Amino acid sequence: LGLALYTGSLCMVSGATFLYHDYCIIGAGPAGLQVAYFLQQAGRDYIVFERSHSPGSFFALYPRHRKLISINKQYTGKSNSEFNLRHDWNSLLSHDRRLLFRRYSRDFFPNADTMVRYLEDFASLLKLQVQYNTAIIHVTLEKNEQAWNGHYFLLTDQDRKNYKCSSLLVAAGTWVPNVVNFPGSEYVEGYETVSTNPEDFTGQTVLILGRGNSAFETAENILGVTNFIHMVSRSRVRLSWATHYVGDLRAINNGLLDTYQLKSLDGLLEGDLEDLAIVKDKKGKLHITLRFYLENRNISAGIDSITLPQDELDNFATRAPYDRVIRCLGWKFDFSIYNRSLRMMPGKGNIKKYPQIKPSYESKGTRGLFVLGTASHSVDFRKSAGGFIHGFRYTTRAVHRLLENRHHGVPWPSTVYPITQLTNSVIKRVNEASGLYQMFSVLADIILLRENATEFEYLEEYPIGILAELEMQTGRKVRNGLFVIIMEYGRNFSGADKDVFYYNRAVGEAQHAWQSNFLHPVIYYYKRLPTEREMRLHHPDWPLPRPDAIHHIVEDFLTDWTAPNAHILPLRRFLENCLSTDLRNFFAESCFLFAFTHQKQPPFCQEGYVRMQGLVGSQELRHHAVQAGLLQDYTHRDFSDDRRPGSHDGSRQPVIRDHGIPVRPLQHLVNAKDE
Amino acid sequence: MSAQKDGWVSSLVFFLFCASSIPNCGSASLQQEPSPQHYFSGLEAGKTSLAFFTPSVSPGAQPFLEQIESSAEALQDYGVSVVKVNCPQKDVSRYCGKENALRKAFLFRGNRLIREFPTDALFDVNSIVANVLFALLFNEVKYIETLADLENIENVLKGKSNMVFAYVPATGTPEHRAVMEAAFVYGTIHQFVLTTEAALLKATSHDDPDVSSAWLLFCHCQQATDPAQPCRRTALAQPLTLLNIHRHLKLMGAPLVTEVAEDPEKISTVHLQLGLPLVFILSQRETYEADRRTAEFVAWQLLGKAGVALLSRDLVDLNVLHRSNVALKTPEEGMPIQYLVLEDTDEVITLVEDKNKVKQIQEDEQEEEEEDEDEKENNNQDIQDDQVVEAVSRDKKRELPLEQILVLTEENFHSSLSEAARTVVLFYASWEAVSLAVLRSYSEVAALLKGTPGVLLSRVNCWDWPGLCSQENVTQFPTMRVYKEGQQSVTYGGMWGTEELSSFILLSQVSCPLKLATMDEAEGYLRGEFPPKLSSHHHTSLLGVFSTATSKAMEAFEEAGNILSGHVRMGMYFEDDALALSRKYSVSPPALLLTRSGSQSVESISLSKHSVQDMVQMIRYELLDIFPEITVPNLPQYLQLGKPFLILFSAGDISQMESEEMLKLAKGRAQQAFVACWLNLKKTPVGHGILRTYFSTAPSLPVLLWVNLHAGGQVFKFPSEQSITEMNILAWLEKLQAGLEIPSSTLSEEDWKPPLPAYDFLQMMEPSVPELSPHPGDTPAQHPPQSPGGDTAGGDTATREEPSQESTAEGVGSPGRGLRGTAPRLAARDKQGKRHSEL
Repeated sequence: LGLALYTGSLCMVSGATFLYHDYCIIGAGPAGLQVAYFLQQAGRDYIVFERSHSPGSFFALYPRHRKLISINKQYTGKSNSEFNLRHDWNSLLSHDRRLLFRRYSRDFFPNADTMVRYLEDFASLLKLQVQYNTAIIHVTLEKNEQAWNGHYFLLTDQDRKNYKCSSLLVAAGTWVPNVVNFPGSEYVEGYETVSTNPEDFTGQTVLILGRGNSAFETAENILGVTNFIHMVSRSRVRLSWATHYVGDLRAINNGLLDTYQLKSLDGLLEGDLEDLAIVKDKKGKLHITLRFYLENRNISAGIDSITLPQDELDNFATRAPYDRVIRCLGWKFDFSIYNRSLRMMPGKGNIKKYPQIKPSYESKGTRGLFVLGTASHSVDFRKSAGGFIHGFRYTTRAVHRLLENRHHGVPWPSTVYPITQLTNSVIKRVNEASGLYQMFSVLADIILLRENATEFEYLEEYPIGILAELEMQTGRKVRNGLFVIIMEYGRNFSGADKDVFYYNRAVGEAQHAWQSNFLHPVIYYYKRLPTEREMRLHHPDWPLPRPDAIHHIVEDFLTDWTAPNAHILPLRRFLENCLSTDLRNFFAESCFLFAFTHQKQPPFCQEGYVRMQGLVGSQELRHHAVQAGLLQDYTHRDFSDDRRPGSHDGSRQPVIRDHGIPVRPLQHLVNAKDE
Repeated sequence: MSAQKDGWVSSLVFFLFCASSIPNCGSASLQQEPSPQHYFSGLEAGKTSLAFFTPSVSPGAQPFLEQIESSAEALQDYGVSVVKVNCPQKDVSRYCGKENALRKAFLFRGNRLIREFPTDALFDVNSIVANVLFALLFNEVKYIETLADLENIENVLKGKSNMVFAYVPATGTPEHRAVMEAAFVYGTIHQFVLTTEAALLKATSHDDPDVSSAWLLFCHCQQATDPAQPCRRTALAQPLTLLNIHRHLKLMGAPLVTEVAEDPEKISTVHLQLGLPLVFILSQRETYEADRRTAEFVAWQLLGKAGVALLSRDLVDLNVLHRSNVALKTPEEGMPIQYLVLEDTDEVITLVEDKNKVKQIQEDEQEEEEEDEDEKENNNQDIQDDQVVEAVSRDKKRELPLEQILVLTEENFHSSLSEAARTVVLFYASWEAVSLAVLRSYSEVAALLKGTPGVLLSRVNCWDWPGLCSQENVTQFPTMRVYKEGQQSVTYGGMWGTEELSSFILLSQVSCPLKLATMDEAEGYLRGEFPPKLSSHHHTSLLGVFSTATSKAMEAFEEAGNILSGHVRMGMYFEDDALALSRKYSVSPPALLLTRSGSQSVESISLSKHSVQDMVQMIRYELLDIFPEITVPNLPQYLQLGKPFLILFSAGDISQMESEEMLKLAKGRAQQAFVACWLNLKKTPVGHGILRTYFSTAPSLPVLLWVNLHAGGQVFKFPSEQSITEMNILAWLEKLQAGLEIPSSTLSEEDWKPPLPAYDFLQMMEPSVPELSPHPGDTPAQHPPQSPGGDTAGGDTATREEPSQESTAEGVGSPGRGLRGTAPRLAARDKQGKRHSEL
């Protein structure tokens, strides 16, 4: 480390000149700028490379129809800035309140140009170190034992300029269009270049390949002027409001579903694009056929010699000829610039468009290479929001915290509280924390209990995939058990076929909280940190291994989990039973009584009253507590005519009648000595 | 050695002899007869005896003999003697001579032979007793084989007497014996009918009966009038034992409805004596006939389960609701009679039957009872047991007078702080109960300090402005800070009471320590007149006197002032004429001068320790009273001393004499090992709670106690007959130290455990989500073993899956869910659903 820092930023290796930085970031999109901000705040040596002349070049072009589908909620009725971020999907994290997206656009679904402007401002107002017009075209490794990770990263740009870094943060996004090759695919127009002017489609019949948001966005744009639109793709349509995954088809784009189901000529088809073939007839019309029919034919012989499906099956669905075929198949990560030695491998199955990374966002192939932003979505693909700004702004922060601990000895930020604040700190976080909310089931708050459970340490937004490595990754010690706080949808609630509007879908009673369906906080309690093996073996449907105890806070229509009886009370009981202590609050008068009648004090009295910070409480409050039977009123009672404590006291009856609330006399709390 | 062995052997022989002779000599019931002649000559007319003949040497019949011998006692109760007749060798008489006669037992009445039994019918005591009685009670117990027989008997009996009809699967069984024994007692009252035919059992019981178990019916033929109708029948619900049959017959014999004209508390009937409840039908003269019919109807329904009495309200002065129509008296001693208003007779019946059920469960299944208790406890889980939370939520509808308190936000926080000389800020969270409780006191402070110049009260809701609160490093709710321009803010660390808060805010107005410039100011300060701002408040005044040579102590004093700011009035004087001041109070700088509130005298203390911590501690200690009145707010200060308390509980103010004596005691030993104090029960009524915990009966006041708060927790009571004087107390204390006194009480050592269990979601989730437990072996208790052994592996999984599916379905469809649904149903807390499953 010292060597790297003090040899300056210029060094000579095997004859070439290298510009050195501790951290190199590829891409000045939202993720690149976000991590640049954290590195800058921490005073680290970093540089961001951006191939374009300004940040967010992806947004300069996409989405083609310019409407972002990430919401920009102006009003929530709350001033809590952290809470409001739950409904602001476009802002990046910073201390600068000018850099909130709602100050840039009043649209609920803003224009992509606004995003470009926002990112420009973000980079310039925060004075982030971005080197524009620098396209990294090659990345390779240089072994060096003194380097942080045993090697340096050597980057080469389009002008053959070289850069050397200790840590490489790839925030390049996924921008290479997915292309399917089949006979006749040369007739297909790409989403990247297709006209966005509806007039160009007037009176045309259009086939769209793909069924994602870009496909539907394209369809939406031309829906009103075409003869009809057909869409074809292998999988069924996945509606984001059914799957609770923002990457699936958003309702704002689903006009075509409406017209299809309302018999207006448009339609959806399922089929494998690999089997497809397109032939053009003399009039320039495009006919759909199958690769199978073409295999033994000479295409050059012309359309007449080619069998079309309708020749054999005269009601073949796509027998009508199309004027245009548009490909909207999404994007993939650019693997081409990485030397083989970095082993940047595509994922398997439906995450092959993303590079393989660990739950710590570090590449599986290369230590010290972290993937951020959209390209890191393989961690929570089709589950959470890690592929989108409102999700990866938090995972990026988590990666930065991991790096701070690993390379600079700065442990994961944490706050130590007395145990009396345990319920409060959980309630505060589940009500306002945006990272937990957006990155549900991916990021978790961790509570580490200190000895004797008198204090605890609170760590925010730690990636649960690397829970087993917590001590090593955060520099914090797990001494005495831990709580893991995450948010979850109900099991079996989200899914492409699920009816998310069924009757009685909402749970209202705290005792049935575990059956909650909507996003709600869940707290796992472990007596010790789960091991790597337990993390590996746990059931895939579960975010974490089997805990020693679990608590669900019942789902809430307002996502406001501050109700004293339905939310806080069951949570307190859960925490109490995990810690085996009494976490109730007491008025000073009760603590006074305990001080004289008990050798040990409950934590609230011990932390407060005994330290001269007792809660005296106003007259009215103490009166209410007496009426509730939770505080004994000794003022108007004569000792002699009072019955023995603990006996069935008839004189308490009126209290019940007055308020209809079951009475728990203080004696039960006090545990009179005669018991 | 060998002599010892011999002795051992001989005692063993003796023991064996005794053991073998016990049945003969110990039991009077088995008679031994030397010969048949002897036996037959001794038979008396009317006496019944069971005889068996045995050759003097006959090893073969040994097990049978044992059974016979042990039944002798039982048979004696029925006047049957069991006789063993020894056959002399070569005897060829009727009983001894034939080989097969030796395998039989013979029942004689007088000398007449009634029955002979093959020994294989007499396999145990039950069969012997059953068979012998069956033979003897030939007339009393009719054995039948067909339904026609039964109907015939029934018809004959109608209008005459009742019938007991018993089915036993076989003769010689314990049930058979029980029926026979009952017949022996009741045979003259009721006609007993016995069968072993399963077909008869099926014809007489309603549903598919279990032919392998016995069954007894009481047929009420005496009242039966209609020859076409069979008699009413009441089955015995319990297993057939003599006791149960006896009980049943006794109940059947009791009057159907008892008419009562006295206090039901005093009534006792056969039912209550037999442990059954008694139902009173409350009647009035006007409705007597109908009530009588109702009572009879109910009585028939409850026959064998409860007694029914008709209580005439006109004759008894009942202090119960007029609407009450039924009363229930349970056999438990001391249980009050329940008076109820019931709609129909079914309710009466369910009432009794459920009671019985509950009772049975209680008796039979202790474990289940525990589970019930668990459930009961679980039901309390959702009841708030936090006094602060409950008090705040009960008060939430009241609008707080917060107009005096400025609301600070992220936008105006910093600008507001610069406006006033001192800004008090309360950081709180609007959802947090303790915060809200403090906010109430804070609003009272605002009203109290209204118009005080230079003080600005404000608040920040951290739920609205989390950024501001974390920026101000507020980690706990609530937190109160006083911000002064250009200075570090002071965080409040005292009691959250109105008085303490306002006193803190007022004291914070003046810098701490306050630098005094002139002698006049210093003197005025000690008198509490300077600065004029604080003159109206009574506080102990502390004045540090320093000379230029004592700058180190002065720095520490200033630092201590920062820490104690708001809690103590501190001044400092370090002018050139400080010496004059110190001379006046005869101290040498650095020194402290102290005037207690309400006192004119000035105490002087020389400063020897110069570290800030020491000085803070010293000042805190000096502020404590010698013989304080303990109150809720000041107790912690004295607790911190870590000493035992010598505390005088007084009903009001303590008397002059007591006060003086205690003060002497407190002062007498300057370095006391205890805190001498008193408690005014009028001012601190919670003291009653303390006394109540210490003593089972109220001690006479005043009462002087020694309380070991920190070590051991023993409480000793100063003898009430002694007067409270220094001498007496000291003598008593010596005895205490010597361990000669017995503590009246000991403080509970208990840990503060969770008051109630939490919802066990892990357990609830496991049946429906089995994947949660990766190793099923880990939790063996989850699936109760359903069919141990014999089951194939496939069958096992099937039985396991079934309950899990069931519980899932129940969970999903359970009416408890969703009735209070958030989104789909606006009608919020509908608890009805929860009950549905319980009912």
